[in-house]
Amino acid sequence: MQAATVSRRHSGVIRVTHWINAACFLALCVSGYAILIAHPRFYWGWTGYFDTPAAFSLPLAVNLDQTGWGRNLHFLAAWITLFNGLLYVGWSAAALRARPAYSVSRKAAYAGVVFVLLPLMILSGLTMSPGITAAYPQLFGLFGGRQSARTIHFLLGAALVAFLIGHVAMTILTGFRRNMRNIL
Amino acid sequence: MTTRRRFLSAAATTGALSLTGCQKHSLPPTYGSLFGLSDALSFAAQRWLLRRQPLAREFRRDQISARFPAINTTNPPDREYQQQRAGHFADWRLSVDGLVASPGELSLADLKAFPSRSQVTLHCCEQGWSAIAEWTGVQLSTLLQAVGTKPEARYVVFYSVDDWWDSLDMFDALHPQTLLAYGMNGGELPVQHGAPLRLRVERQLGYKQLKYVGGIEVTDRLDNVRDGTGAVGVALGYPWYAGI
Repeated sequence: MQAATVSRRHSGVIRVTHWINAACFLALCVSGYAILIAHPRFYWGWTGYFDTPAAFSLPLAVNLDQTGWGRNLHFLAAWITLFNGLLYVGWSAAALRARPAYSVSRKAAYAGVVFVLLPLMILSGLTMSPGITAAYPQLFGLFGGRQSARTIHFLLGAALVAFLIGHVAMTILTGFRRNMRNIL
Repeated sequence: MTTRRRFLSAAATTGALSLTGCQKHSLPPTYGSLFGLSDALSFAAQRWLLRRQPLAREFRRDQISARFPAINTTNPPDREYQQQRAGHFADWRLSVDGLVASPGELSLADLKAFPSRSQVTLHCCEQGWSAIAEWTGVQLSTLLQAVGTKPEARYVVFYSVDDWWDSLDMFDALHPQTLLAYGMNGGELPVQHGAPLRLRVERQLGYKQLKYVGGIEVTDRLDNVRDGTGAVGVALGYPWYAGI
Protein backbone atom coordinates (compact mmCIF):
# COMPACT_ATOMS: atom_id res chain seq x y z
CA MET A 1 0.00 0.00 0.00
CA GLN A 2 2.80 2.37 0.92
CA ALA A 3 4.46 1.90 -2.47
CA ALA A 4 1.18 2.49 -4.32
CA THR A 5 0.56 5.77 -2.46
CA VAL A 6 4.04 7.08 -3.13
CA SER A 7 3.80 6.24 -6.82
CA ARG A 8 0.61 8.29 -7.13
CA ARG A 9 2.33 11.49 -6.01
CA HIS A 10 2.58 14.09 -8.80
CA SER A 11 5.96 15.03 -10.20
CA GLY A 12 7.78 18.07 -8.86
CA VAL A 13 7.00 20.17 -11.94
CA ILE A 14 3.27 19.46 -11.68
CA ARG A 15 3.21 20.18 -7.94
CA VAL A 16 4.99 23.53 -8.33
CA THR A 17 3.11 24.68 -11.44
CA HIS A 18 -0.21 23.60 -9.91
CA TRP A 19 0.23 25.95 -6.94
CA ILE A 20 1.58 28.82 -9.04
CA ASN A 21 -1.50 28.34 -11.20
CA ALA A 22 -3.74 28.31 -8.12
CA ALA A 23 -2.21 31.59 -6.88
CA CYS A 24 -2.60 33.17 -10.33
CA PHE A 25 -6.20 32.00 -10.59
CA LEU A 26 -6.98 33.66 -7.26
CA ALA A 27 -5.20 36.85 -8.39
CA LEU A 28 -7.09 36.84 -11.71
CA CYS A 29 -10.44 36.41 -9.91
CA VAL A 30 -9.78 39.17 -7.38
CA SER A 31 -8.36 41.61 -9.96
CA GLY A 32 -11.07 40.66 -12.47
CA TYR A 33 -13.65 41.58 -9.87
CA ALA A 34 -11.87 44.90 -9.21
CA ILE A 35 -12.03 45.69 -12.94
CA LEU A 36 -15.62 44.47 -13.24
CA ILE A 37 -17.04 46.78 -10.56
CA ALA A 38 -16.02 49.84 -12.58
CA HIS A 39 -18.79 48.87 -15.00
CA PRO A 40 -20.83 45.81 -13.92
CA ARG A 41 -22.98 45.87 -17.07
CA PHE A 42 -22.67 43.55 -20.04
CA TYR A 43 -23.55 44.10 -23.69
CA TRP A 44 -23.53 42.28 -27.00
CA GLY A 45 -21.83 43.63 -30.14
CA TRP A 46 -19.38 46.52 -30.43
CA THR A 47 -20.55 49.22 -28.10
CA GLY A 48 -22.16 49.63 -24.72
CA TYR A 49 -22.10 52.39 -22.12
CA PHE A 50 -24.02 53.83 -19.21
CA ASP A 51 -27.29 54.61 -20.97
CA THR A 52 -27.51 51.88 -23.59
CA PRO A 53 -29.58 48.77 -22.78
CA ALA A 54 -27.49 46.02 -21.18
CA ALA A 55 -27.77 42.32 -22.03
CA PHE A 56 -27.55 41.84 -18.28
CA SER A 57 -26.07 43.65 -15.34
CA LEU A 58 -24.88 42.62 -11.91
CA PRO A 59 -26.25 44.16 -8.72
CA LEU A 60 -22.84 45.47 -7.60
CA ALA A 61 -21.97 48.92 -6.29
CA VAL A 62 -20.00 50.78 -8.97
CA ASN A 63 -16.43 51.57 -7.90
CA LEU A 64 -14.22 53.43 -10.36
CA ASP A 65 -11.12 53.57 -8.18
CA GLN A 66 -9.99 49.94 -8.32
CA THR A 67 -9.11 49.57 -12.02
CA GLY A 68 -5.52 50.84 -11.69
CA TRP A 69 -4.12 48.06 -9.48
CA GLY A 70 -6.84 45.71 -10.74
CA ARG A 71 -5.68 45.88 -14.34
CA ASN A 72 -1.98 45.74 -13.36
CA LEU A 73 -2.46 42.64 -11.22
CA HIS A 74 -4.69 41.05 -13.86
CA PHE A 75 -2.05 41.39 -16.59
CA LEU A 76 0.83 40.33 -14.35
CA ALA A 77 -1.09 37.22 -13.27
CA ALA A 78 -2.12 36.56 -16.88
CA TRP A 79 1.50 36.61 -18.08
CA ILE A 80 2.61 34.25 -15.29
CA THR A 81 -0.39 31.99 -15.99
CA LEU A 82 0.59 31.82 -19.64
CA PHE A 83 4.21 30.78 -19.07
CA ASN A 84 3.34 28.54 -16.12
CA GLY A 85 0.38 27.06 -18.00
CA LEU A 86 2.45 26.06 -21.02
CA LEU A 87 4.84 24.17 -18.76
CA TYR A 88 1.95 22.65 -16.78
CA VAL A 89 0.01 21.53 -19.87
CA GLY A 90 3.07 20.02 -21.52
CA TRP A 91 3.98 18.10 -18.40
CA SER A 92 0.39 17.05 -17.58
CA ALA A 93 -0.19 15.74 -21.09
CA ALA A 94 2.75 13.40 -20.59
CA ALA A 95 1.60 12.54 -17.06
CA LEU A 96 -1.99 11.87 -18.13
CA ARG A 97 -0.87 9.32 -20.68
CA ALA A 98 0.98 7.55 -17.90
CA ARG A 99 -2.13 7.57 -15.68
CA PRO A 100 -4.69 5.13 -17.04
CA ALA A 101 -6.36 5.31 -13.62
CA TYR A 102 -7.97 8.65 -14.57
CA SER A 103 -11.54 8.08 -15.76
CA VAL A 104 -12.62 9.15 -19.24
CA SER A 105 -15.00 11.77 -17.83
CA ARG A 106 -12.25 13.26 -15.67
CA LYS A 107 -9.88 13.47 -18.63
CA ALA A 108 -12.65 15.05 -20.73
CA ALA A 109 -13.37 17.69 -18.07
CA TYR A 110 -9.68 18.59 -17.75
CA ALA A 111 -9.19 18.63 -21.53
CA GLY A 112 -12.27 20.83 -21.93
CA VAL A 113 -10.89 23.36 -19.46
CA VAL A 114 -7.33 23.32 -20.77
CA PHE A 115 -8.00 23.17 -24.52
CA VAL A 116 -11.34 24.99 -24.84
CA LEU A 117 -12.14 27.24 -21.87
CA LEU A 118 -8.64 28.62 -21.22
CA PRO A 119 -7.78 29.45 -24.85
CA LEU A 120 -11.17 31.16 -25.28
CA MET A 121 -10.53 33.00 -22.01
CA ILE A 122 -7.19 34.31 -23.31
CA LEU A 123 -8.56 35.20 -26.75
CA SER A 124 -11.66 36.98 -25.42
CA GLY A 125 -9.44 38.92 -23.02
CA LEU A 126 -7.08 39.93 -25.82
CA THR A 127 -10.05 41.09 -27.92
CA MET A 128 -10.51 43.89 -25.38
CA SER A 129 -7.00 45.20 -26.18
CA PRO A 130 -7.00 47.90 -28.88
CA GLY A 131 -3.35 47.09 -29.67
CA ILE A 132 -4.01 43.38 -30.19
CA THR A 133 -7.12 43.91 -32.33
CA ALA A 134 -5.20 46.34 -34.57
CA ALA A 135 -2.79 43.47 -35.26
CA TYR A 136 -5.48 40.75 -35.34
CA PRO A 137 -8.86 42.23 -36.34
CA GLN A 138 -10.09 38.64 -36.91
CA LEU A 139 -10.55 38.42 -33.13
CA PHE A 140 -13.49 40.82 -33.42
CA GLY A 141 -15.10 38.41 -35.89
CA LEU A 142 -14.54 35.44 -33.59
CA PHE A 143 -16.45 37.05 -30.73
CA GLY A 144 -18.79 39.42 -32.58
CA GLY A 145 -17.35 42.70 -31.30
CA ARG A 146 -15.51 44.07 -28.29
CA GLN A 147 -18.46 44.11 -25.89
CA SER A 148 -19.42 40.55 -26.86
CA ALA A 149 -15.85 39.51 -26.12
CA ARG A 150 -16.04 41.21 -22.71
CA THR A 151 -19.33 39.43 -21.94
CA ILE A 152 -17.92 36.07 -23.06
CA HIS A 153 -14.77 36.70 -20.98
CA PHE A 154 -16.96 37.19 -17.89
CA LEU A 155 -19.15 34.12 -18.58
CA LEU A 156 -16.09 31.92 -19.20
CA GLY A 157 -14.60 33.25 -15.96
CA ALA A 158 -17.77 32.22 -14.15
CA ALA A 159 -17.54 28.77 -15.78
CA LEU A 160 -13.92 28.43 -14.61
CA VAL A 161 -14.94 29.35 -11.05
CA ALA A 162 -17.67 26.66 -11.27
CA PHE A 163 -15.03 24.19 -12.44
CA LEU A 164 -12.77 25.20 -9.54
CA ILE A 165 -15.62 24.56 -7.06
CA GLY A 166 -16.17 21.12 -8.61
CA HIS A 167 -12.42 20.44 -8.59
CA VAL A 168 -12.09 21.33 -4.89
CA ALA A 169 -15.24 19.35 -4.02
CA MET A 170 -13.86 16.27 -5.79
CA THR A 171 -10.56 16.70 -3.95
CA ILE A 172 -12.41 16.65 -0.63
CA LEU A 173 -14.84 13.84 -1.50
CA THR A 174 -12.25 11.43 -2.89
CA GLY A 175 -9.91 11.45 0.10
CA PHE A 176 -8.70 14.93 0.97
CA ARG A 177 -5.57 13.94 2.91
CA ARG A 178 -4.32 11.52 0.28
CA ASN A 179 -5.08 13.99 -2.54
CA MET A 180 -3.25 16.82 -0.80
CA ARG A 181 -0.28 14.60 -0.09
CA ASN A 182 -0.06 13.89 -3.82
CA ILE A 183 -0.06 17.53 -4.87
CA LEU A 184 1.99 19.09 -2.06
CA MET B 1 10.55 62.58 -46.47
CA THR B 2 14.06 62.51 -45.06
CA THR B 3 12.71 63.73 -41.74
CA ARG B 4 10.02 61.08 -41.74
CA ARG B 5 12.46 58.34 -42.59
CA ARG B 6 14.72 59.53 -39.83
CA PHE B 7 11.72 59.34 -37.44
CA LEU B 8 10.98 55.81 -38.48
CA SER B 9 14.53 54.69 -37.98
CA ALA B 10 14.55 56.42 -34.61
CA ALA B 11 11.38 54.53 -33.72
CA ALA B 12 12.92 51.27 -34.87
CA THR B 13 16.00 51.95 -32.76
CA THR B 14 13.78 52.63 -29.77
CA GLY B 15 12.09 49.29 -30.31
CA ALA B 16 15.38 47.44 -30.50
CA LEU B 17 16.70 49.14 -27.39
CA SER B 18 13.51 48.28 -25.53
CA LEU B 19 14.24 44.63 -25.91
CA THR B 20 17.87 44.80 -24.89
CA GLY B 21 17.33 47.44 -22.22
CA CYS B 22 20.82 48.76 -22.81
CA GLN B 23 19.83 52.41 -22.60
CA LYS B 24 18.21 54.26 -19.79
CA HIS B 25 14.52 54.94 -20.47
CA SER B 26 14.41 52.77 -23.56
CA LEU B 27 11.63 50.82 -21.87
CA PRO B 28 8.28 52.54 -21.47
CA PRO B 29 8.09 54.72 -18.39
CA THR B 30 6.42 52.87 -15.57
CA TYR B 31 5.90 53.16 -11.85
CA GLY B 32 8.35 50.38 -11.15
CA SER B 33 7.57 47.40 -8.93
CA LEU B 34 6.64 43.93 -10.13
CA PHE B 35 3.90 45.38 -12.33
CA GLY B 36 6.60 47.10 -14.38
CA LEU B 37 7.67 43.64 -15.52
CA SER B 38 4.31 42.72 -17.04
CA ASP B 39 4.00 46.25 -18.43
CA ALA B 40 7.29 45.78 -20.25
CA LEU B 41 6.20 42.34 -21.53
CA SER B 42 2.89 43.68 -22.84
CA PHE B 43 4.64 46.67 -24.42
CA ALA B 44 7.36 44.59 -26.10
CA ALA B 45 4.85 41.97 -27.30
CA GLN B 46 2.55 44.59 -28.81
CA ARG B 47 5.40 46.51 -30.41
CA TRP B 48 6.41 43.28 -32.13
CA LEU B 49 2.84 42.42 -33.17
CA LEU B 50 2.34 45.98 -34.47
CA ARG B 51 5.75 46.21 -36.14
CA ARG B 52 4.14 46.66 -39.58
CA GLN B 53 2.03 49.53 -38.19
CA PRO B 54 -1.46 48.20 -38.99
CA LEU B 55 -4.44 50.51 -38.65
CA ALA B 56 -7.05 50.08 -35.95
CA ARG B 57 -10.40 48.97 -37.36
CA GLU B 58 -12.47 51.76 -38.88
CA PHE B 59 -16.28 51.67 -38.97
CA ARG B 60 -19.03 52.98 -41.21
CA ARG B 61 -20.60 56.33 -40.35
CA ASP B 62 -23.97 54.64 -39.70
CA GLN B 63 -22.29 52.69 -36.87
CA ILE B 64 -21.52 55.87 -34.90
CA SER B 65 -22.93 55.67 -31.36
CA ALA B 66 -26.02 57.80 -30.66
CA ARG B 67 -24.36 59.15 -27.54
CA PHE B 68 -20.73 59.21 -26.53
CA PRO B 69 -19.91 59.24 -22.81
CA ALA B 70 -17.85 62.18 -21.55
CA ILE B 71 -15.79 61.48 -18.44
CA ASN B 72 -13.16 63.26 -16.32
CA THR B 73 -13.04 66.99 -17.15
CA THR B 74 -16.07 68.02 -19.22
CA ASN B 75 -15.65 71.80 -19.06
CA PRO B 76 -12.35 73.20 -17.73
CA PRO B 77 -13.08 75.97 -15.21
CA ASP B 78 -9.86 77.79 -16.16
CA ARG B 79 -10.72 81.46 -16.80
CA GLU B 80 -8.58 81.80 -19.90
CA TYR B 81 -10.17 78.67 -21.33
CA GLN B 82 -13.66 80.01 -20.69
CA GLN B 83 -12.77 83.27 -22.46
CA GLN B 84 -11.45 81.35 -25.46
CA ARG B 85 -14.56 79.20 -25.44
CA ALA B 86 -16.78 82.31 -25.45
CA GLY B 87 -14.84 83.53 -28.48
CA HIS B 88 -15.25 80.18 -30.29
CA PHE B 89 -11.53 79.54 -29.81
CA ALA B 90 -10.57 82.24 -32.35
CA ASP B 91 -7.83 83.43 -29.93
CA TRP B 92 -6.81 79.92 -28.89
CA ARG B 93 -3.28 78.81 -29.82
CA LEU B 94 -1.48 75.48 -29.76
CA SER B 95 2.10 75.93 -28.60
CA VAL B 96 4.73 73.74 -30.22
CA ASP B 97 8.23 73.64 -28.79
CA GLY B 98 11.16 71.45 -27.85
CA LEU B 99 13.32 69.68 -30.42
CA VAL B 100 11.78 71.33 -33.49
CA ALA B 101 13.25 73.58 -36.17
CA SER B 102 10.43 76.11 -35.92
CA PRO B 103 8.79 76.34 -32.49
CA GLY B 104 5.79 78.62 -32.20
CA GLU B 105 2.06 78.82 -31.93
CA LEU B 106 -0.65 77.60 -34.25
CA SER B 107 -4.26 78.76 -34.38
CA LEU B 108 -7.19 76.48 -35.03
CA ALA B 109 -7.31 77.90 -38.58
CA ASP B 110 -3.62 76.99 -39.03
CA LEU B 111 -4.36 73.41 -37.98
CA LYS B 112 -7.38 73.20 -40.26
CA ALA B 113 -5.27 74.42 -43.18
CA PHE B 114 -3.29 71.16 -43.09
CA PRO B 115 -4.71 68.15 -44.96
CA SER B 116 -7.26 66.51 -42.63
CA ARG B 117 -8.05 62.90 -41.82
CA SER B 118 -11.41 61.54 -40.67
CA GLN B 119 -11.73 58.16 -39.02
CA VAL B 120 -14.66 56.31 -37.44
CA THR B 121 -13.20 54.28 -34.60
CA LEU B 122 -14.05 52.38 -31.44
CA HIS B 123 -13.15 54.25 -28.25
CA CYS B 124 -12.36 51.70 -25.54
CA CYS B 125 -12.47 53.00 -21.98
CA GLU B 126 -10.39 51.10 -19.44
CA GLN B 127 -13.51 51.04 -17.25
CA GLY B 128 -15.11 48.61 -19.70
CA TRP B 129 -17.47 50.61 -21.90
CA SER B 130 -16.90 51.38 -25.56
CA ALA B 131 -18.48 53.71 -28.12
CA ILE B 132 -17.97 54.57 -31.79
CA ALA B 133 -17.34 58.10 -33.07
CA GLU B 134 -15.87 59.87 -36.05
CA TRP B 135 -12.84 62.05 -35.43
CA THR B 136 -11.48 64.68 -37.81
CA GLY B 137 -8.15 66.38 -37.42
CA VAL B 138 -4.59 66.81 -38.56
CA GLN B 139 -2.30 63.82 -38.47
CA LEU B 140 0.36 64.40 -35.82
CA SER B 141 2.96 63.22 -38.34
CA THR B 142 1.92 66.02 -40.71
CA LEU B 143 2.29 68.62 -37.99
CA LEU B 144 5.65 67.24 -36.85
CA GLN B 145 6.91 67.29 -40.40
CA ALA B 146 5.77 70.89 -40.81
CA VAL B 147 7.59 72.10 -37.69
CA GLY B 148 10.65 70.00 -38.54
CA THR B 149 11.59 67.73 -35.65
CA LYS B 150 15.27 67.28 -34.92
CA PRO B 151 16.95 63.90 -35.43
CA GLU B 152 17.31 63.22 -31.70
CA ALA B 153 13.55 63.61 -31.14
CA ARG B 154 12.02 60.48 -29.56
CA TYR B 155 8.88 61.55 -27.73
CA VAL B 156 6.02 63.99 -28.09
CA VAL B 157 4.61 65.35 -24.83
CA PHE B 158 1.06 66.74 -24.74
CA TYR B 159 -0.14 69.27 -22.18
CA SER B 160 -3.82 70.01 -21.59
CA VAL B 161 -5.41 73.18 -20.26
CA ASP B 162 -6.90 71.19 -17.32
CA ASP B 163 -3.33 70.37 -16.26
CA TRP B 164 -3.24 66.78 -17.50
CA TRP B 165 -0.36 65.63 -19.59
CA ASP B 166 0.72 62.57 -21.51
CA SER B 167 3.27 61.47 -24.08
CA LEU B 168 3.83 59.19 -27.05
CA ASP B 169 6.99 57.81 -28.54
CA MET B 170 7.57 58.25 -32.28
CA PHE B 171 6.27 54.73 -33.03
CA ASP B 172 2.76 55.85 -32.08
CA ALA B 173 3.17 59.58 -32.75
CA LEU B 174 3.84 58.94 -36.45
CA HIS B 175 1.07 56.35 -36.92
CA PRO B 176 -1.42 57.48 -39.61
CA GLN B 177 -4.38 57.31 -37.19
CA THR B 178 -2.71 59.46 -34.55
CA LEU B 179 -4.56 62.76 -34.83
CA LEU B 180 -4.88 66.09 -33.17
CA ALA B 181 -8.65 66.14 -33.64
CA TYR B 182 -10.74 69.32 -33.88
CA GLY B 183 -13.89 67.67 -35.26
CA MET B 184 -16.25 64.94 -34.06
CA ASN B 185 -19.09 63.20 -35.91
CA GLY B 186 -19.00 65.75 -38.74
CA GLY B 187 -19.18 68.85 -36.50
CA GLU B 188 -16.86 70.85 -34.28
CA LEU B 189 -15.31 68.97 -31.36
CA PRO B 190 -17.75 69.57 -28.43
CA VAL B 191 -16.44 71.12 -25.20
CA GLN B 192 -17.21 67.98 -23.15
CA HIS B 193 -15.04 65.95 -25.54
CA GLY B 194 -12.03 68.25 -25.37
CA ALA B 195 -12.62 71.29 -27.58
CA PRO B 196 -10.88 72.76 -29.38
CA LEU B 197 -8.26 70.00 -29.74
CA ARG B 198 -7.81 66.46 -28.44
CA LEU B 199 -5.49 63.58 -29.08
CA ARG B 200 -6.59 60.37 -30.81
CA VAL B 201 -4.29 57.34 -30.56
CA GLU B 202 -6.52 54.58 -31.85
CA ARG B 203 -4.44 51.57 -30.81
CA GLN B 204 -4.53 52.57 -27.16
CA LEU B 205 -7.26 52.85 -24.52
CA GLY B 206 -9.46 55.83 -23.73
CA TYR B 207 -7.29 57.25 -20.98
CA LYS B 208 -4.56 57.98 -23.54
CA GLN B 209 -6.89 60.20 -25.63
CA LEU B 210 -5.95 63.48 -23.94
CA LYS B 211 -8.60 66.21 -24.14
CA TYR B 212 -8.11 70.03 -24.22
CA VAL B 213 -4.60 69.83 -25.69
CA GLY B 214 -2.97 73.26 -25.42
CA GLY B 215 0.66 72.51 -26.11
CA ILE B 216 2.99 69.89 -27.44
CA GLU B 217 6.68 69.47 -26.78
CA VAL B 218 9.08 67.30 -28.75
CA THR B 219 11.79 65.77 -26.60
CA ASP B 220 14.50 63.11 -26.54
CA ARG B 221 13.76 61.95 -22.98
CA LEU B 222 10.90 61.84 -20.51
CA ASP B 223 12.75 61.54 -17.21
CA ASN B 224 13.16 65.32 -17.00
CA VAL B 225 9.57 66.13 -17.97
CA ARG B 226 7.40 66.88 -14.91
CA ASP B 227 7.60 63.89 -12.53
CA GLY B 228 9.46 61.81 -15.12
CA THR B 229 6.77 59.15 -15.45
CA GLY B 230 5.68 60.10 -18.99
CA ALA B 231 2.01 60.67 -18.19
CA VAL B 232 -0.32 62.07 -15.56
CA GLY B 233 -1.95 58.69 -14.95
CA VAL B 234 1.18 56.68 -14.18
CA ALA B 235 1.39 57.79 -10.55
CA LEU B 236 -2.25 56.69 -10.20
CA GLY B 237 -1.45 53.19 -11.46
CA TYR B 238 -2.34 53.58 -15.15
CA PRO B 239 0.60 52.46 -17.30
CA TRP B 240 2.10 54.84 -19.83
CA TYR B 241 1.52 52.29 -22.57
CA ALA B 242 -2.24 51.74 -22.84
CA GLY B 243 -2.45 49.23 -25.68
CA ILE B 244 -3.96 46.62 -23.39
